[in-house]
Amino acid sequence: MNLKEFDWKPLALVPLLAVIVFPFVGSTSTWLTLTIAGLAMGMIVFIIASGLTLVFGLMDVLNFGHGVFIALGAFVATSVLGAMGDYTASASLWRNMLAVLPAMVVAMLVAGAIGLAFERFIVRPVYGNHLKQILITMGGMIIGEELIKVIWGPLQIPLPLPEGMRGTLLLGDAVVEKYRLVAVVVGAIVFAVLLWTLTRTKIGLLIRAGVQDREMVESLGYRIRVLFVGVFAVGSALAGLGGVMWGLYQQSVIPQMGAQVNVLIFIVLIIGGLGSTTGALVGALLVGLMANYTGFLVPKAALFSNILLMMAILLWRPQGVYALSK
Amino acid sequence: MNLLTLQGVHTHIGAYHILHGVDLAVPRGQLTMLLGRNGAGKTTTLRTIMGLWRASAGRIAFGGEDITRDATPQIAGRGIAYVPESMGIFADLTVKENMLLAARGARHARQMDEKRLQWIFSLFPAVEKFWNHPAGKLSGGQKQMLAVARAIVEPRELLIVDEPSKGLAPAIINNMIDAFAQLKASGVTILLVEQNINFARRLGDTVAVMDNGVVVHAGSMQALAENEELQHELLGLAL
Repeated sequence: MNLKEFDWKPLALVPLLAVIVFPFVGSTSTWLTLTIAGLAMGMIVFIIASGLTLVFGLMDVLNFGHGVFIALGAFVATSVLGAMGDYTASASLWRNMLAVLPAMVVAMLVAGAIGLAFERFIVRPVYGNHLKQILITMGGMIIGEELIKVIWGPLQIPLPLPEGMRGTLLLGDAVVEKYRLVAVVVGAIVFAVLLWTLTRTKIGLLIRAGVQDREMVESLGYRIRVLFVGVFAVGSALAGLGGVMWGLYQQSVIPQMGAQVNVLIFIVLIIGGLGSTTGALVGALLVGLMANYTGFLVPKAALFSNILLMMAILLWRPQGVYALSK
Repeated sequence: MNLLTLQGVHTHIGAYHILHGVDLAVPRGQLTMLLGRNGAGKTTTLRTIMGLWRASAGRIAFGGEDITRDATPQIAGRGIAYVPESMGIFADLTVKENMLLAARGARHARQMDEKRLQWIFSLFPAVEKFWNHPAGKLSGGQKQMLAVARAIVEPRELLIVDEPSKGLAPAIINNMIDAFAQLKASGVTILLVEQNINFARRLGDTVAVMDNGVVVHAGSMQALAENEELQHELLGLAL
């Protein structure tokens, strides 16, 4: 990424939103608490959405079944963390991480593997047909949810935070939950790895080029279908990771949890610009902040605040904040 | 000796029958011009050669091997470079990244063939000048230079270019003609679709003229250039 050429205006929206809201909140500590909570929520939403932005942007696939990988990741985490009670019960954050990290890895592997099958049997027959994609991927999600119920049962399962991640920290007068800081760190790592891969590696170049002109990438001698499959699996794995983070954030999981955040993810992608990782980050942070601010200031408006945000952004930039050239 | 041959190639796009049995031969080491009025089927012929549209009948052979059923990446992998009419530039990538993508053997810019790069820079100085700039910000002529430069970043046996002079200023067109002349001199076989008659006359060794999805004339460019009656009959104008 060339910093001189980088368009900073969309990124500036994040601090701008925080600054605009400050006078309405009044108290500095409350504002700081809400802001950090919003950024943490945004980071988790980014992890979930980042895979879909690649799938949508590169493959032009409207995967409404993305949510099932989120739920799958979260349920896998309940099994892995449940089996590592000694580590999660410890007050040491490092011992907690020895349980959470394997949970993340296993969730990503399972979601990625199921993603491969999902691409092969559900998505591949409907490449190029958006209406069929919507219908069949929604059908895929329903099947996935039912399979989750078969394996883990239909009821809500608690996913308590490991002991060392519970509680709060005081930053001045602001109260910050420890887990939200963990979410910010994980989200930042995912963003850094994705950005590095996309901008510093040949495979990333191919993905970015494929988002713009698939036919030309093939004409250069690359098998874009193989790239599609890989990106779909990575996108599903990231959704699995997002599911672990979201499940721990909610401290419980239900089979429908993926479907519940699907709309939020699509709002993030539309705000960010299809196929743009940086756009997905900005969109997710804006959505996270907006949800927290409106939840505090105008609770009744919280439900549709993100729709309003999306409308405002689209009036400014109809292709999203970081629209890619097609 | 022909490097590329098409025999009775038919192409359908949806319900439309576009190519009606194209016969075309591209001699090795020569520059073949593919001429014809708008809608004659020139672009469809190139896209069919590249496998971007599938031939519904007929045979396409490259270097003696049948490539009719090959997928586009396979065809490109055999040594055919393609510059589409739209140029196919990745606008959000830099000039360097566009070139690196085409250099299939290189994972990083420093692994690209430096000697060949310098040769390309001598043909298209704008590519070097705007090396780290986003390709989308180049002018039309610079984008066309990048598109051709990208196609030759690695040695290819056949270069297929669709209307390289389209929309370019006369000075840029002259630069393009010089560049293609040098490419031809380097031994690359070239198949060029062109509407600019001056371009065709100055560069072409052999020529094929298309009309209504078939090749209606094939021969030497010089012979066509010297026969005004034939030019009027085939193209509706004189060269």
